[in-house]
Amino acid sequence: MLSVHSLEVYYGVIAAVRGVDIHVKQGTIVTLIGANGAGKTSTLNAIVNGVKKRGDVRFHDRNISRAKTHTIIRDGISLVPEGRHVFINLTVDENLRMGAFNNDTNFERLRDEMYALFPRLDGKRQQTAGTLSGGEQQMLAIARALMSEPRLLMLDEPSLGLAPKIVGELFGVITELKEKKGITILLVEQNAFAALKIADYGYVLENGSITLEGKGSELLGNDEVRKKYLGG
Amino acid sequence: MDFTTFLQQMINGFSLGSMYALIAIGYTMVYGVLRLINFAHGDIMMVGAFLVYLAHAAGLSFPAAVLVGVLGAILVGVLTDKVAYKPLREAPKISLLITAIGISFFLENLFNVLFGGVPRAFPAPDYLTQVIHIGKLYLPTTALVIPVVTLLILAGVLWVLYRTKYGMAIRALAFDIPTVKLMGINADGIISLVFALGSALAAVGGIFYAISYPSIDPLMGIIVGLKAFAAAVLGGIGSVTGAVLGGFILGFTEILVVAAFPDLGGYKDAFAFFFLILVLLFRPTGIMGEDLERGRF
Ligand SMILES: Nc1ncnc2c1ncn2[C@@H]1O[C@H](COP(=O)(O)OP(=O)(O)OP(=O)(O)O)[C@@H](O)[C@H]1O
Ligand SMILES: [Mg+2]
Repeated sequence: MLSVHSLEVYYGVIAAVRGVDIHVKQGTIVTLIGANGAGKTSTLNAIVNGVKKRGDVRFHDRNISRAKTHTIIRDGISLVPEGRHVFINLTVDENLRMGAFNNDTNFERLRDEMYALFPRLDGKRQQTAGTLSGGEQQMLAIARALMSEPRLLMLDEPSLGLAPKIVGELFGVITELKEKKGITILLVEQNAFAALKIADYGYVLENGSITLEGKGSELLGNDEVRKKYLGG
Repeated sequence: MDFTTFLQQMINGFSLGSMYALIAIGYTMVYGVLRLINFAHGDIMMVGAFLVYLAHAAGLSFPAAVLVGVLGAILVGVLTDKVAYKPLREAPKISLLITAIGISFFLENLFNVLFGGVPRAFPAPDYLTQVIHIGKLYLPTTALVIPVVTLLILAGVLWVLYRTKYGMAIRALAFDIPTVKLMGINADGIISLVFALGSALAAVGGIFYAISYPSIDPLMGIIVGLKAFAAAVLGGIGSVTGAVLGGFILGFTEILVVAAFPDLGGYKDAFAFFFLILVLLFRPTGIMGEDLERGRF
């Protein structure tokens, strides 16, 4: 469904991503793990052309390497950015409306679905998003990304700064999205254990290059991964 | 000052405030999304009024000429952004500001070269300049038309900003342009919309101004533009309601000061800025402003 080939991202002379290949099969959860500064965020941003890049990105056999960000989103990719980035001056409802900007006809149905999926957000519909807790903002960011009914959902460190219990809830929801709605997922995480547990396939990114890849369960058992990312 | 005079002056203040408010909204909205003081905005108002004059001189009826003026101002405003500001989105803000000043000079001098600097009588139709007597009050029809039309337009602007997805996108853009793109929204299209809205309002303000002081010239946008900018800052730059409030406050105080101290009439422009400085000394972010780093709608 998504294939990334020889992706490179430079910030001035700093190479953040140096020739990365990633393949995401339809209906799977693929995770990209790596330490701080490994180039995970840069990779996701490059896929939607949020940063300058070199290399090829294909989505459903369409070359989207040079497409504008907003047209890539319209084609069916959603990105939940690192740090949530909900619109803090808009209400919860308005944030969802923005997610459905090009999906007017389905807005109301989807909005109700989102409040059912994230009951914590229901009852806060008219609250400005800036007044939500971190966990609620993360849920809102995911709900907002789903409002365009993406075929591929990319999440950048959704567990960042959340309590373990909420992380559990969140990963439950992510699995549910794949199983019940058939949404394909590309998940960037520092919480390697939680991510690999739900992932069908995983990539390890180090200094801008993929150093290891394999099935989620294989990587969970891999000695090097255990030492570096799973704390022994 | 007796009561009739006071009432008369209040009505005049309402009209003047309306013009400032209409023009101030454009300053505040562009600042909100681009962090740019669009110094060419006052000249867009001039362009609007001038096009009405030219269209009317070419034989169009006044309402049709107004339409030409508003549409022309929208076109010039949006083109300014596309041609001059858009290439500088990633550039330092100061480059943008200097470019805006350049565009301002360009428009003023372009119209000067094309049409000359001599003030021209504005073709306000009789039904707008007629004077109505109510008791001892002398009211030109415009004194009623301007505030009413302005309030309708303001209601429309607030409706767009708070009730439509485009307005929500404008408000979202003020905080986070990259994330707006992630919603599948063409951010440049929304920025064009902001320029279109602001320019249309400026044109209406300029037409009102031209009707009330019935002459126009290529430099008419400078001082009115500066005062509308002062109104936007007074209200809290970035805030639309603030701009409206600032516009009316400035309009009223200007009229009342001139009425109360007729000898100082010649200093009324200086007074507006003195007032601005005074307010900013005590409340640097303006009336509705909270945080200078962020735009608020
Ligand atoms: N806008 C930028 N300008 C300059 N350098 C940048 C920029 N964004 C990222 N970098 C650099 O690129 C490298 C990769 O950053 P990136 O954000 O992609 O890493 P990451 O894997 O997402 O890290 P984290 O887990 O901390 O979020 C880092 O060295 C970072 O300092
Ligand atoms: Mg990151």
